[in-house]
Amino acid sequence: MIELRNVRHRYGEREVLRGIDLTLAERRVAIVGSNGSGKSTLARLLNGLLLPDEGRVLVDGLDTRGDARAVRRKVGFVFQDPDVQIVYPTVAEDIAFGLKNLRLPRDEIARRVDAVMARFGLTEHRDWPAHRLSGGQKQLLAIASVLVLDPAYVVFDEPTTLLDLRNRRRIAGVIRNLPQTALLISHDLDLVAEAERVIVLDEGRVVADDAPAAAIANYVARMG
Amino acid sequence: MLGLYLHRDSPVHAFPVGWKLAALAVAATGLFFVASPVAIGAALAGTLLLFALARLPLGAILGQIRPLLPVLVLLFAVQAAFVGWETGAATAGRLALLVLLASLVTLTTRASDMIDALERGLGWLRPLGVNAGKVSLMLALTIRLIPVLLDLVQEIRMAQRARGVERSALALLVPLLVKTMRMADHLSDALEARGYDPR
Repeated sequence: MIELRNVRHRYGEREVLRGIDLTLAERRVAIVGSNGSGKSTLARLLNGLLLPDEGRVLVDGLDTRGDARAVRRKVGFVFQDPDVQIVYPTVAEDIAFGLKNLRLPRDEIARRVDAVMARFGLTEHRDWPAHRLSGGQKQLLAIASVLVLDPAYVVFDEPTTLLDLRNRRRIAGVIRNLPQTALLISHDLDLVAEAERVIVLDEGRVVADDAPAAAIANYVARMG
Repeated sequence: MLGLYLHRDSPVHAFPVGWKLAALAVAATGLFFVASPVAIGAALAGTLLLFALARLPLGAILGQIRPLLPVLVLLFAVQAAFVGWETGAATAGRLALLVLLASLVTLTTRASDMIDALERGLGWLRPLGVNAGKVSLMLALTIRLIPVLLDLVQEIRMAQRARGVERSALALLVPLLVKTMRMADHLSDALEARGYDPR
């Protein structure tokens, strides 16, 4: 369970989150909001990439302020643009990066890399340079490189924004079938509609927190 | 030479990475002490044999040498005109040999193996304050990001052309710098998110 208690965050003079109180216990939670509403900041707070200026973020009781490293092992993060997430030049090497950071034995790294590549249909591309992959394949690689670490939660920050319809559906399928708890930040309302709970942010505040149909209707009405 | 590893079952692929890199360093240094075109020709033939032993296709060799051809021809022509054809042949042959040897290493070695070898090789510098892990990550990121930055340059150029700007260094460099800084920010977040520990 992830809890946010009176979380406030500011960039310079601009307060982007203004007292967020949430308990996220559902398996699929989506967060929507206009540009600048604080969604991406909220996402980065969930795995300790950002620390709140005020308030606390707790993941299974661990405070991101004191246990950021342990929190990051629990909460995987998939960025909007896979090009900023892929670190190593080739597919298999990049998937292995996070496992090497955990200092796992070589044979275990190899086994887990092979398994996740098979799961995402990347096996035939194992030695391909990442820059030669299509946009959809890059996003799959980014997701595979997070899931290979076996996190309990995965935060997706606008994972389908840069993709065409076919790849959006493909990524939506991946998210749908995840055994992990997924927290989804997105403008893709088809994807959002599949969540169990949808939270609408506006100017750093939660303005709706409801079942998908009601929350999406609220969001669409706000967008004019 | 970026991420061009070609997987084959060959003795060259199986040769330990550290030794490959050491041999490359020795060969690259030693070449400057060889002036005879015949000796350089023999070394070139030996290198081509290594390509064959590595079961690499002819296209892989040509792909490495083709972009260099104008430079080689120019180098040979200038040296031949001012110093003599033997010096010209030796200089151009030396450069071709260097590129082929470096390509042989990159085509037969996974970047991760090379980076691991570098990390192990630099471990002894830790007491001097050199963090081998950081150096190897820097190398990985360089290899990874060069094509990404080239794509970015193309994208910005196209956007400028669409707005009628054909050649303007400023119009290219300013957005490139801004985007690169933003990318560096995101990348540092991604490294943290994936558990990178610089210690």
